[in-house]
Amino acid sequence: MSREATPLLQVKDLAVEYRSSGWRRPANRVLHNVSLDIHEGETLGLVGESGSGKTTLGRSILGLVPVASGQIIYDGRDITRARRRARRALAREIQVVFQDPYSSLNPSLLVSDILSEPLRAAGIGGAESRRRVRELLDRVGMPADASERYPVEFSGGQRQRIAIARALALEPRLIICDEPVSALDLSTQARVLDLLIDIQERTGVTLLVISHDLSVIRAVCHRVAVMFKGEIVEQGSTSSVINHPTQMYTKKLLLAAPVTDPDEQRERREARRLLAETEAVA
Amino acid sequence: MSGEPAALGTPELPTFIRQGTFRRLAKMPTVWIATVILFTALFFSFFGALLAPFDPNFTDLNMVNMAPFASDFLLGGDRAGRDIFSRLLVATSNTIGGAAIAVSISVAIGASIGLMAGYYGRVFDALGAWLSNLIQALPGIIVLIAVYVVAGPSTVTSMIVVGILIAPVYFRLMRNVVISVRNELYVDAARVSGLSDIRIMSRHIFVVVRAPIIIEMAYIAGIALVIQATLEFIGLGSPENPTWGGMLQDSFNALYISPFAILWPALSIILTVLAFVFLSNAVRDTLGDPRSSGGKARKAIVSTPDSRATADAGSTHAFLTVRDLSVAYPLSKNESRTVVNKVNLEVNRGEVLGLVGESGSGKTQTAFAILGLLPPEAIVDSGRIVLGSTPLLGLTEKKLNALRGSEIAYVPQEPMSNLDPAFTVGQQFGYAMRKKLGLSKAQSRERALSLLARVNINDPERVYDYYPHQLSGGMAQRVLIAIAVSCDPELLIADEPTTALDVTVQAEVLDLLRGLQQERSMALILVTHNFGVVADICDRVAVMKDGEIVETGDTRKIVKHPEHPYTQLLLSSVLDNVPMRAPLEPQAEVRA
Repeated sequence: MSREATPLLQVKDLAVEYRSSGWRRPANRVLHNVSLDIHEGETLGLVGESGSGKTTLGRSILGLVPVASGQIIYDGRDITRARRRARRALAREIQVVFQDPYSSLNPSLLVSDILSEPLRAAGIGGAESRRRVRELLDRVGMPADASERYPVEFSGGQRQRIAIARALALEPRLIICDEPVSALDLSTQARVLDLLIDIQERTGVTLLVISHDLSVIRAVCHRVAVMFKGEIVEQGSTSSVINHPTQMYTKKLLLAAPVTDPDEQRERREARRLLAETEAVA
Repeated sequence: MSGEPAALGTPELPTFIRQGTFRRLAKMPTVWIATVILFTALFFSFFGALLAPFDPNFTDLNMVNMAPFASDFLLGGDRAGRDIFSRLLVATSNTIGGAAIAVSISVAIGASIGLMAGYYGRVFDALGAWLSNLIQALPGIIVLIAVYVVAGPSTVTSMIVVGILIAPVYFRLMRNVVISVRNELYVDAARVSGLSDIRIMSRHIFVVVRAPIIIEMAYIAGIALVIQATLEFIGLGSPENPTWGGMLQDSFNALYISPFAILWPALSIILTVLAFVFLSNAVRDTLGDPRSSGGKARKAIVSTPDSRATADAGSTHAFLTVRDLSVAYPLSKNESRTVVNKVNLEVNRGEVLGLVGESGSGKTQTAFAILGLLPPEAIVDSGRIVLGSTPLLGLTEKKLNALRGSEIAYVPQEPMSNLDPAFTVGQQFGYAMRKKLGLSKAQSRERALSLLARVNINDPERVYDYYPHQLSGGMAQRVLIAIAVSCDPELLIADEPTTALDVTVQAEVLDLLRGLQQERSMALILVTHNFGVVADICDRVAVMKDGEIVETGDTRKIVKHPEHPYTQLLLSSVLDNVPMRAPLEPQAEVRA
């Protein structure tokens, strides 16, 4: 693997704590010394179960949670504790698609307002902004007349397309997708993932895809990092992690996901039982 | 992608709140009456002085305490010989204006501090709460008397003080609403989009909080009006400007000589205040409950042709038989939306049936119909459901309750929201068992402990005394499963029992369900959207789409050789079958 180019985003020994509600109670450390590189143009998958800290990692890159220690370096710049002004300038570089397309779009704004908002914040207005909104809707496969409607009028998959369009508005270099399809119906999931891949192939945008679902990771990610209890336990190319997992937890995670073939699923169940037994012995 | 179906999780959700609110409000007679009264008051507060037949301070000694409708002074004269009608009209402006000042001041102060306290939290919040508590602890009337003494008689000054005294109401309201909105994802998205705080507050947060503020405004306006009248009545107003409260005091002093004079200001105050309060309530009700206009709560309507129900109930041998079940929800008087359409199902003892479909396919509605848990507005307009030999549709709540637990039990999707946070695990267990099985307290505890052990909970004794918030999601779901099987049901209906759980926990919960189902040879209906879950546990599967069952059969057959195009579409969408993404070509060099 040739990796001469410096990564687009480097996370070094990152730790994040949440303050406990009680007085003088020790803070709750949710990320322990997490290190991660994301290279330009690739899709890195971050897989783990609830509470593993994968969402917190994404939010700390976005500046939505304070960092306790460690560094986040974007394109050579340290953005770990970027001030608001610097953070707002980063909107052109790093964007996000959240899990829940129902609560990530303000229900009282028109789709055109939602999409033009980041443009206006960046000082793009008027006719140029309207043109860009039309272009964005087109790029995510939504009809142009969608802009004069409210989010409630769309299905989950369509809303997620609108959320992706918003993330694309400022042509960022990195998009963090936090569980981009887990709130969607099965037949919609595949299409939204196809859209993400298509956008990446056309624009070369870098993606960090956070998901609990290995099949999502498998479909869109070049590389994958497995998180467990606030730590990255294994990372590597998608095929090596999925086909030859080295860590116990990764193996368990892989075997736990059910497959649609009843006979194959029966074998996996058996394998999972055996694994649990060997773990109990060990 | 217009081909995607409209997402309607639950059919009773209103699709367009925006248009409906005004229409529903316009239908209420109270709203009409209140609006007319308030517009009249507003009209006179602007044009009262122009329309008044006499100067409010013009005195005519012949008219002192004149009775109403007896002279040029339409509503009679007061004790100084002034025209009550003219004074009433002119007073409208001072009175309504005073209330408006109080409301604006309290909104301006309370809402803006509340907004900052809610958005920034910490110092702002602490300071705001401290100020708000301080103001609320002040005895209002004493403050107002002190202001009167220092600043002299002035309606404007006293209403500004009243505004400050009421401000905590807005502070609290605003703070609480903002805190709930602040954590919405769209606020995070706005931050990531590079919006400034002021923009986020004005665009995203204020839009959401404006409705409760406006509702509260009408109510506060009513209260401010009452406070103002009280102040004037006890003599804390300015004597030059007539107000309703001041007129009330004037006429009160002459009550025995001219009893009618008190009626006019009193009526004005009462009607205006009531109009404010009723309007506020009507708006609140309409916004709070989108279906409030639908009338009283009804029992689910079940129209079962009785002759058919008994005709061939015994002809099938399945344990649970569902025939031609249709469920609909009323949209308006004449229209309804069918969510379950002529569904036929059969489940035998010891069999696991998967009910698969996407959101809005009617699978949960079908399960709820079997459980008798449909919301009151649901219409079951045809079909029958027979459990063993008992027809379930049309049973009274009492008879259904006798079956629930011991015949049919239910495992819900969201384990956390289905455990009552106020009771321990043990208490939630005991209820059903003591009632259904007639066990003593000690017996039910023993049984509960053995069930908890059976669902692989490590330390049953300790978990028995836990409150739900002490459980993890997986543990909560195990507890719910244990409770569901505690009275030995024959049929267990599990609605997406693992959707809220992690995959590793999902695998364990499915193992558990399979084990329990086999030991007890229960019939199990598993509602799910996940074909992996189906493959793992189901013997047979029924695929639902738009309220209809499109295909049903043996799991292996359906999964490997689906016949219906929709089943084929669903299975082809399963991401396991999507090819793995190839590693990224080292393009770095190419590009550089």
